[in-house]
Amino acid sequence: MRKLHGFPGGLQLDGHKTLATGEASTRPPLSHEYVLPLLQHEGDPARAVVAAGDSVRRGQVVARAEGYLSLPIHAPTSGTISAIEARPIPHPSGLMAECIVLRADGRDEVVEPRPPISDPEAIHPSRLRNRLRECGVAGLGGAAFPTHVKLNPARHRIHTLILNGAQCEPYISCDDMLMRERALEVVAGGQVLLTALQCERLIVAIEEATPEAIRAIQTAITELGDPRLELAVVPARYPEGGERQLIQTLTGQEVPSGGLPADLGVLCQNVATAAAAWRALAHGEALTERMVTVTGSGVRSPCNVIARIGTPVRDLIAHAGGYTPEVERLIMGGPMMGFALDNDEIPVVKGSTCVLAASREDGVAQREPMPCIRCGECAEVCPASLLPQQLYWHARDRDFDALRDYDLFDCIECGCCDLVCPSHIPLAQYFRAAKTEIWNRQRERSRAEQARRRHEFRQARLEREQAERRRRLEEKKKRLEQRESAGPDKADVADIISRARTRKKRGRKGESD
Amino acid sequence: MRFETSPAPHLAPANSVTRMMAQVLLALVPALLAWVWFFGWGIVFNILIATAVALAAESAMLSARGKPLRPHLLDLSAVVTAVLIAMCLPPLTPWWITATGVGFAIIFAKHLYGGLGYNPFNPAMAGYVVILISFPVEMTQWLPPRQIAGEDFPGALAQLYAILTGDLPGEATVDAISQATPLDVMKTELGMARTMAEITADPRFGDMGGYGWEWIGNGILVGGLWLLYARVIRWQIPVAVLAGVLIPATLFHFTDPGAFPSPAFHLFSGATLLCAFFIATDPVSASTTRTGRLIYGFGIGVLIYVIRTWGGYPDAVAFAVLLMNMAVPLIDRYTRPRSYGH
Repeated sequence: MRKLHGFPGGLQLDGHKTLATGEASTRPPLSHEYVLPLLQHEGDPARAVVAAGDSVRRGQVVARAEGYLSLPIHAPTSGTISAIEARPIPHPSGLMAECIVLRADGRDEVVEPRPPISDPEAIHPSRLRNRLRECGVAGLGGAAFPTHVKLNPARHRIHTLILNGAQCEPYISCDDMLMRERALEVVAGGQVLLTALQCERLIVAIEEATPEAIRAIQTAITELGDPRLELAVVPARYPEGGERQLIQTLTGQEVPSGGLPADLGVLCQNVATAAAAWRALAHGEALTERMVTVTGSGVRSPCNVIARIGTPVRDLIAHAGGYTPEVERLIMGGPMMGFALDNDEIPVVKGSTCVLAASREDGVAQREPMPCIRCGECAEVCPASLLPQQLYWHARDRDFDALRDYDLFDCIECGCCDLVCPSHIPLAQYFRAAKTEIWNRQRERSRAEQARRRHEFRQARLEREQAERRRRLEEKKKRLEQRESAGPDKADVADIISRARTRKKRGRKGESD
Repeated sequence: MRFETSPAPHLAPANSVTRMMAQVLLALVPALLAWVWFFGWGIVFNILIATAVALAAESAMLSARGKPLRPHLLDLSAVVTAVLIAMCLPPLTPWWITATGVGFAIIFAKHLYGGLGYNPFNPAMAGYVVILISFPVEMTQWLPPRQIAGEDFPGALAQLYAILTGDLPGEATVDAISQATPLDVMKTELGMARTMAEITADPRFGDMGGYGWEWIGNGILVGGLWLLYARVIRWQIPVAVLAGVLIPATLFHFTDPGAFPSPAFHLFSGATLLCAFFIATDPVSASTTRTGRLIYGFGIGVLIYVIRTWGGYPDAVAFAVLLMNMAVPLIDRYTRPRSYGH
């Protein structure tokens, strides 16, 4: 058994996970319409390769990757492209963005899958990464970061791959369900990722609160009999599943500030990503569906569903029996870090783990902030050992230097400080806003810097040209003076004529310039 | 369907300022019971007067500053200040002295610095110090415990009468029946070169820190430990305050037991325990980092011992707390924890 190191702070939260794990996962009926945002992750949006009116089949590429940090998007079912237009996408600020809209024909025809790669060990890691990219595999833990990019840690040597099955946010149980139902795919996917990384150890980390998942993964590991695989049961303490916290718990090491886990030779992938990677390799399947938890006391029958990417949230809610009259908030993600949606037409994307229809019973509440009483509880629960209370003062004062000095950018926005604050100050919101503002300022400053450099460069060029003109003029004058003292001769006359001609020519050219 | 939105986290906070303050008040009940048992009902009247003045002053200042009344009156912080001041007063303190102390605490020490959360000094201690140095006679006239005073001990009505008029009904006078606290006696008599054995032979000294005072101390300990258990306060400040008092007390006591009272005496007399669990732990005016709280608490403890032993006042909690309040910004600045990944 691996020795666990734990992490500072954190909270013991009510899980509410059994709400949605009572029954096996189901597949909702096909929707009439699917909405596929062209950008579902950090990086560059995909570019649509279909046009309105085109017919597509499930698994067909409808948008291709643009640039390295980008992924293609595949049709989730067969049908006709009805539009490519701006639609509301799942985003904290309720943004609209370019989406491909697919009208399903109900036949759900599938394109020919890519040939399976039966022996991943025999293939070069770059080909494995390429396959994951072709199949649109992204981190399914929430950020939807392109997996092929993460699996290519450039100068770093990875020795440990962690499969993150510690879904610490209350209410979300999609990973738990996936591990129960597809443990073998998860572990086999982990093996493939090990191969792709050429790394020697895989740790599947699961919270102790999900015993069925632990048993299933244990059985799968025993079945595969691979000595590189290891199971670690971690305490159910929020935010245990945060990448940095999980690494600290398992290795006792901290990811350097501003760095990546790869700096420690460690890499984290979500368990669902591993399963998706396995399907991409063994079945040549593109990522067109994922497990989503539909839960909260705002829906009648909470459940886990295997939803096609692009399914509007309202269809998932309908599949879960519809709203209860008490529903007040619709949250994408968990109650700690998820964001509230302002309508239910927004689609599920690759990074959507959970749709939480929350009522007052789940804790939706109006909060009246009081002044900070400096109790320091925020610092006690901060998993990054920050002083949220000091950060709050500086954020209010918009003292950006002090914010950096107090390590604002090491804040993982887990919301623990916010939840324990007796004064009900929206700390996490202050920190998100301050970060955004600092980034914006940085961007503006770098833009201004660029403009300044451009201006200086132009100035220098103009001066250089003027100096050159002056020098030429002086040379000419000198030559003329020499000639006057020597007196004109025939050769000179010919020379003068030819020079006058060229000057005329150059002058005309100058005009047209 | 359309929905309202709000920023994450979307869970209801479990704690509130009101809840914390109510827990502090509840934790004072055991000590209050012991107090009434040994010193009579005067404390209860003092608490009522102090609370009424505190709420009146709080309302007046809130309206003057254009702040909403309801949330701030309901946060109970003014009540806690009032009760803590009342717990430091002699049982027969005239009402206008109580009112002056509480009024100063709320108006000057709290609201003129910006109200809840902004006061650099502990309001209760600031108010207490003002009346201690303004009315030194009244502030040191303590009653002997009921069990020692016997027949002469004033009942509830007599105590109320004394609080309202400044004198007892009938023949008796406050001057005649009141006595100094054990801490005060210890200081004066040591100054008169009497030995420890002679001094503590007086029944008022009880077993360790003064008859009756020890039980009040136990009550505070029970309440304080419950506050720790309920996570209203954290262990660093109480432990550091007690260490700050007990370490020098032990050292000096063992070098010269005749001249320096025992650590147990320091622990159970005066306001040492009240300070450790209820006064120094006022979050607003205390240090907020873990290491900072250790330094802050230890500083208070050492100052209490130093002022008690070599200073001009028998007890020193208020001065010690106010002095360390001044050091808080500096302490906080230099005791930042190491952030993750740094």
